Amino acid sequence: MPRLSRRRFLELLGQAGTLSALSLVLPPLARAADKPGAKASARVVIVGGGFGGATCAKYLRRFAPDIHVTLIERDTRFITCPFSNTVLGGLNDMDYISHDYSGLQEHYGIEVVHDSVTEVDAAAKRVSLTNGGKQQYDALVVSPGIDFRWDAIAGYDEKTAESVPHAWKAGTQTETLRRQLEAMPDGGVVIIAPPGNPFRCPPGPYERASMIAYYLKTTKPRSKLLILDAKDKFSKQPLFVQGWEALYPGMIEWIGGSDWGGIGRLDAANRTLYSTFDTPHKADVINLIPPQKAGAIAHAAGLVNADGWCPVDQRTFESTLHKDVYVIGDASVAGQMPKSGFAANSQGKVCAAALAAKFHAIDMPEPSYVNTCYSLVGPEYGISVAGVYRLVDGEIKSVEKSGGVSPIDADRQFRQTEARYAVGWYQSIVSDSFG
Amino acid sequence: MRPNQPVPIIGLVAVAALSWNPLQAETDPIELTRGAMLSNSCAACHGTDGNSPGEIPSIGGKSARFIETALQEYRSGKRTGTVMGRHASAYSDEEIRLIAEFFAHGK
Repeated sequence: MPRLSRRRFLELLGQAGTLSALSLVLPPLARAADKPGAKASARVVIVGGGFGGATCAKYLRRFAPDIHVTLIERDTRFITCPFSNTVLGGLNDMDYISHDYSGLQEHYGIEVVHDSVTEVDAAAKRVSLTNGGKQQYDALVVSPGIDFRWDAIAGYDEKTAESVPHAWKAGTQTETLRRQLEAMPDGGVVIIAPPGNPFRCPPGPYERASMIAYYLKTTKPRSKLLILDAKDKFSKQPLFVQGWEALYPGMIEWIGGSDWGGIGRLDAANRTLYSTFDTPHKADVINLIPPQKAGAIAHAAGLVNADGWCPVDQRTFESTLHKDVYVIGDASVAGQMPKSGFAANSQGKVCAAALAAKFHAIDMPEPSYVNTCYSLVGPEYGISVAGVYRLVDGEIKSVEKSGGVSPIDADRQFRQTEARYAVGWYQSIVSDSFG
Repeated sequence: MRPNQPVPIIGLVAVAALSWNPLQAETDPIELTRGAMLSNSCAACHGTDGNSPGEIPSIGGKSARFIETALQEYRSGKRTGTVMGRHASAYSDEEIRLIAEFFAHGK
């Protein structure tokens, strides 16, 4: 008999009305549905297979194997933003940061559908896909990541980004930026222009500067890197500056928004960034990271506030705008947590617990959230930030007298150890989210 | 197989159930407890169930006493590391005990 696709198999089952036959061949499930208020075989649809969506799918199935989980993700391979800066630095290739969904399918019984959601009908509890299909849900989790505010910078749009990359979603943008760095002459100038808060991965632009500086130092040592920031301070700033002075003396210059005026406009053809004072800054390579908002589907589904992000009940991540729709990861407004892959992983677990508790009609334990982000200043020079969070008066807040950044007075051995742990961090979070 | 061809349903179910079972996960379920909630936070660095695939030490299956002592010593500063002191300082004695018990049982 020819091998049947999973979708076709389900269609056939549906046509023949043999769902009862299915239950005969399944092992006994947790009798969660025996409890008053519990729902047997609930269907949860998760939109977006990044760190948030993938982790939520996996941990929901671990908490509640009786719940049917469908993960809808456009791409067959997820390319991570974490460690994409090491590709720019020449430490890793694209395969190193690319991961598929076979682990979630094979080990956790998650149905993975590679498609995009075009519409969410929150009243009918149904999503529509580009292939014309529809998915009915009892709960919907939306984990769409970010999109860019293409109207924010004069002269910069999605088309222009093909030649002036943001590389703030990893993939072809990462490869474009890497190629441009490879093509630029020794003695050239690279500009990185990070956005104002809030944005995805607060230390990311400065790790990127570090990794690009590493590449320049080893191959084009007369080059310069200029960071024209929208902000007047940035994440882990004293640690980054200390590391730059130690590893790349004189190569990196950072200028805060108040000092240079911020972005007025981009002249992409001449690779020139003009300040609001109309002062030109010309470069061989410009990495322009525009202001951001929640991913497109969150907007289409009416899940965003006036700022373009998704307000949620920070205990469960259920949208405050649509019942039975949950938003996790960068798109959500999550109190004091940063927008990071690690935070999305943590939120995915809390949301999974909330859903398992809901459908099994049991109390959800008090949520606990964590963020840990490593940045590589050099291949053997790592720094970190850690945060543990609790729900206080309905808002996710950092636990007092905990967390924080690596000590400023640490020795080289400490930085080496943290660089090693940065690699371990990546291996672990990828495995915990996708494996 | 053409879409409209009659299908031997029972055989189909048996074959497909062997190859793919939409409701079957390979791993054992975990109970939704406070200990699990706290410990799942550790998994993103130390690996699912504390089984690390890389450079960060595994903690799954270590004795509860070992994990509890380590966390308490990171919290007090008696034991020094890189990031663990910053994490451990967030947890109470009771929370540390629950985390230790969770990982001692391999989950």
